[in-house]
Amino acid sequence: MLKIEDLHVYYGGIHALKGITLEVPENKIVTLVGANGAGKSTTLRAISGLVPVARGKITFRGEEITRTKTAEIVKKGITLVPEGRRIFANLTVLENLNMGAYARTDKEEIKRDIQRIYEMFPRLKEREWQAAGTLSGGEQQMLAVGRALMSRPALLMMDEPSLGLAPLLVKEVFRIIKDIYSKGMTILLIEQNATAALQVADYGYVLETGNIVLQGPGKELAANDEVKRAYLGKA
Amino acid sequence: MDRQKIKTFLTLGLVLLSCLVLFWGEQYLGKFSTRVLNLAAIFVILGASMNLVLGFTGMFSLGHAGFMCVGAYVSAILTMSPESKEMIYFMEPIISPLDKIHWPVFPAILTAGLVAAFFGFLIGFPALRLRDDYLAIATLGFGEIIRIIVTNTISITNGSLGLKNIPPIKSLWVYWGFAIATIWILKQLINSSWGYAFKAIRDNEIAAEAMGIDIFKHKLMSFTIGAFFAGLAGALMGHLITSVDPTMFRFLFTFQILLIIVLGGLGSLTGSVIAGVLVTVMMEVLRFVEQPMNLFGLQIPGIPGMRMVIFALLLLVVILFYRQGLMGTREFNWDWVLDKVGVGRRKEKGVGVDG
Repeated sequence: MLKIEDLHVYYGGIHALKGITLEVPENKIVTLVGANGAGKSTTLRAISGLVPVARGKITFRGEEITRTKTAEIVKKGITLVPEGRRIFANLTVLENLNMGAYARTDKEEIKRDIQRIYEMFPRLKEREWQAAGTLSGGEQQMLAVGRALMSRPALLMMDEPSLGLAPLLVKEVFRIIKDIYSKGMTILLIEQNATAALQVADYGYVLETGNIVLQGPGKELAANDEVKRAYLGKA
Repeated sequence: MDRQKIKTFLTLGLVLLSCLVLFWGEQYLGKFSTRVLNLAAIFVILGASMNLVLGFTGMFSLGHAGFMCVGAYVSAILTMSPESKEMIYFMEPIISPLDKIHWPVFPAILTAGLVAAFFGFLIGFPALRLRDDYLAIATLGFGEIIRIIVTNTISITNGSLGLKNIPPIKSLWVYWGFAIATIWILKQLINSSWGYAFKAIRDNEIAAEAMGIDIFKHKLMSFTIGAFFAGLAGALMGHLITSVDPTMFRFLFTFQILLIIVLGGLGSLTGSVIAGVLVTVMMEVLRFVEQPMNLFGLQIPGIPGMRMVIFALLLLVVILFYRQGLMGTREFNWDWVLDKVGVGRRKEKGVGVDG
């Protein structure tokens, strides 16, 4: 569904992505793991059109989307859940969800989708009229995911959804990811929690300083000694 | 009766009431009170428009006085009679065709807004690529540049001598009419999808961008609209005091507006209205502190500028202890009033937009 070929991104003089090639097939969970600064977030941001691509090609459903504007990419069906629960703190939960549907114009369908999100996350329904900034960390993450789903993406990209959450909530987040996936969503996931990510993922890529160093089915990677030593903290 | 109908009636009632108040004011208020109230209307427009940029879109812009300056000059030059232009421009005659132009007041005021908006657009284009403190410095600089250009283009603006004999407007209706129209337009804007995009950008630029909101376009739009209303207010200011000169629009003026919106609450139009009136009226009432006075046997000579010290202290107290200002980001709405007086609230069912 999504294909990236030889993607290069620079931040000023820093060569952040040094030719990444990867593929996200339809109805799969693909994960990128790697240490801080390996280029995981940059990859997602480049796909979303939030950082300029220096070289390479990104195609989505056979259509090239390299250097397309973010708004267009969202309309085409790729939505990013940004790192660190970036919700709109002063808007209510409902307004946040409505912002997720910003690129859409079908009002009736938007209302129905909001109901669907509330069914998926009943806590959000309870807090419908509350300012999003007053939600707990876990609820904010649910809201960020719910908001991203409001754009009706075909491909959902999640940047560290479990960051800064209590262990119990991390489990909850992965339950949600599996739940969304079982409803037919394609997911590209970035996680520091590599164990959990590789457990749910169909396929995984290991990034190191802007290069892909390893790839394979999620469970295989989780069992790989090198990955274990470098990212999972096991000897 | 259903709540929506009650609200419509209340709104109509309020419009009628404000008309009555204006009518009464026109008839019975003295010259001085009328003038203060007119000034208050101008500050309401300034506060609300700067709040759109700062409070709703989250752009720390300090160029408001510059746009006011543009508006004031445009409207003044367009409306002054050719005879008084000939008299006032004695250093260097005004260039053609501006010397012959003699417009009625209303189109001139609107044109003033449009020209200021155009300047806003021009300045916003490079400046809005910056953010936070850098944007503040850049816009402050641009505001000053406008003022200095005005001081030096003598054959258009009469330079530092300023303009006199601007056709006066005295009626409360005009100033408050513009103020109410401004509030209404801004309210509609803020509750539209553009308005939500502004607020989303304020709350979190990265998330807003990820949702597919064109950040730069919306920022530029908010900035340009803010400049439009600043120009409008500047034009009204010219017609209120019938003379303008470049020193009126020093950046200190922007801080006075900043005081209003911080006091009223960043992100609340209601707050800007309340604080706009309050600050303007207090400015006049507090004049007594600048008189010589006898405090517990201590003779204090009159100190000009003491009023501003009081406002500075007030601003400090607000920032230290009451950050959100009078209203925070809340707005006046009938639901709140009806809840207070105990008219039953229909249970919200399903998804709706808060009306």
